[in-house]
Amino acid sequence: MIGSFIRNGFDRSAFFVILVLVAAAFVVPALALYTTPASPFHIPGYAIPLMGKYLTYGLLALSVGLIWGYCGILSLGHGAFFALGGYAMGMYLMRQIGTRGVYGDPVLPDFMVFLNWDELPVAWYGFQSFPYAMLMVVLAPGILAFVFGWFAFRSRVTGVYLSIITQAMTFALMLGFFRNNLGFGGNNGLTDFKDILGFNIQAPETRAALFAASALALALAYLICKSIISSRFGKVIVAIRDAESRTRFLGYRVENYKLVVWVLSACMAGIAGALYVPQVGIINPGEFEPANSIEVVIWVAVGGRGLLVGPIVGAIVVNFAKSWFTTGALAPYWLFALGGLFVGVTLFLPKGIMGTLGGGWTALKQRRASAAAEAGVSVTDTDGPDGGRLKTEPAE
Amino acid sequence: MSGPETETLLYLDGVSVSFDGFKALNELSLIIQAGEMRAIIGPNGAGKTTMMDVVTGKTRPDTGTIYFDGNVDLTKLDEASIAELGIGRKFQKPTVFQHHTVWDNLELALAGRRGTFAALFRREGSSERERIEELLGIIRLGELRDMEAANLSHGQKQWLEIGMLLAQEPKLLLVDEPAAGMTDAETEATADLLKEIAKEKSVVVVEHDMTFVRALGVKVTVLHEGSVLSEGTIDHVSEDPRVIEVYLGR
Ligand SMILES: Nc1ncnc2c1ncn2[C@@H]1O[C@H](COP(=O)(O)OP(=O)(O)OP(=O)(O)O)[C@@H](O)[C@H]1O
Ligand SMILES: [Mg+2]
Repeated sequence: MIGSFIRNGFDRSAFFVILVLVAAAFVVPALALYTTPASPFHIPGYAIPLMGKYLTYGLLALSVGLIWGYCGILSLGHGAFFALGGYAMGMYLMRQIGTRGVYGDPVLPDFMVFLNWDELPVAWYGFQSFPYAMLMVVLAPGILAFVFGWFAFRSRVTGVYLSIITQAMTFALMLGFFRNNLGFGGNNGLTDFKDILGFNIQAPETRAALFAASALALALAYLICKSIISSRFGKVIVAIRDAESRTRFLGYRVENYKLVVWVLSACMAGIAGALYVPQVGIINPGEFEPANSIEVVIWVAVGGRGLLVGPIVGAIVVNFAKSWFTTGALAPYWLFALGGLFVGVTLFLPKGIMGTLGGGWTALKQRRASAAAEAGVSVTDTDGPDGGRLKTEPAE
Repeated sequence: MSGPETETLLYLDGVSVSFDGFKALNELSLIIQAGEMRAIIGPNGAGKTTMMDVVTGKTRPDTGTIYFDGNVDLTKLDEASIAELGIGRKFQKPTVFQHHTVWDNLELALAGRRGTFAALFRREGSSERERIEELLGIIRLGELRDMEAANLSHGQKQWLEIGMLLAQEPKLLLVDEPAAGMTDAETEATADLLKEIAKEKSVVVVEHDMTFVRALGVKVTVLHEGSVLSEGTIDHVSEDPRVIEVYLGR
């Protein structure tokens, strides 16, 4: 069952995307660890967590692309799920510090000692265990998404109203996490991590492993998303995107379908957050900022939401540009550039980078195919760039 | 609670719906027998589409009762449950899944399990493929099976939507203005298609085109201001002075 589910989604384009990610997972760490700085192929150590961070953003963007591009749900609050996953990982990392904190308390993280707390809040129980923390990485965003989606989809909140309440959700969480007495470190958040699974978090090998984990997680998530959109479930969510009431009158429970993709997407965002935190070394309530979630939507739009690779490419390209921009004299103008990029893409590349490239590719193949047909050769391979299984364009 | 136990398939009694004080349906009563085909006509705003909305669960009536298939109270159910009971609907504005192919549109409509889990893991079987082939023949879109529905002509979309209705295998089809925007030849073919369908199913057709209604040759109900103005054969209603006044005479 699972086998045929995966086989269904595993076409040529999926193979290519997964190949690139898996290759990156091994080649990039190898180049960083086993080449000398003199080598032209050397990747400097500082670049690894940076690139790893881009990949986690890619995963976050993929989660938004799945629900927005394929189910028409525009979330302006996905940063919240990312941050919750990040906090779950951060709590594990905090508890690994142990007696190495400034106050040397074996159980309580520094900020709790500082606040004169004398016992660990219940929410922190269990986080010394890595498997438990990883479960929470998925469950915390998953449960929030389930509760939110249950009410929102059942009461048929759609379109811009839904977007607004997702934004309100992340804003409310931000305010909550800023408060010291919520017990998650207040506005300083969680930081000063020492090690993960017993390995020094700063060591080049650990960073390389985290990079590889991010690339593999992205590859796996991509494969799952691809299989979903290639299944009948995928056809139903596209149907919901294009004609929701038609789908209802055919007897589909639209709210259930939306809930399933929504929760899945939130869990993916949570995993992205969990991989992000050890690579950047901090998680604070700023991650819940509404602006962050809006930025994700821009990455998706820039990359193209009609295809699953679009959001990934968009996240990497925009963040690479951001790093490049904000380290130079142009730093103060980054937000203008981002805004300009969004407007430009919306006006001139409504299908985003990948949608436009893909469209050109399909057109070229069609031209070749018809030329070949004229020449009397039968062309069986009519797959588009995304397998041709699901031709999607951004919903109106 | 039990409704009337007859050969009645659909039973509406005293159904009223108002939008901001405006009565779109006003004490509407209507009975459709099992196996019957009924044409519904009436001026714009008479409440024809609203009648379909209350039957299919899109709009809740303010008062009145609606029973289906004996004693199933439709006013308590949502769209998906009503569809599952066997009521299919074609919208006034043809509504198909634009970015899906003709084939996929039919596949999605095909009767069967609608759960999320089944949709993730089940694959299309050979009996389903045969059924889709058969439907493609009926709606004459076999050649266009791989075309995206967005690229179909208006008339072809209407046909595809009728095909999707059939794929659902409903007991009752509610068809809202199937001939709108069609050429004369297409209109005629559509009337034939509906007559063919009506041999096995109950059908309610809303239509403005009188030639079309005449071609169907069935009992006609005239709606006006949310209630039944006249009922009978096409000749009977077209001679009714009230019908001539509010509808035909204009
Ligand atoms: N959701 C709604 N909100 C407000 N008014 C509505 C709504 N739906 C229908 N109406 C009004 O109810 C009346 C009946 O509308 P309905 O669509 O049922 O008419 P109809 O008989 O189908 O007309 P037509 O032949 O133009 O399709 C109209 O005046 C319409 O404006
Ligand atoms: Mg109408």
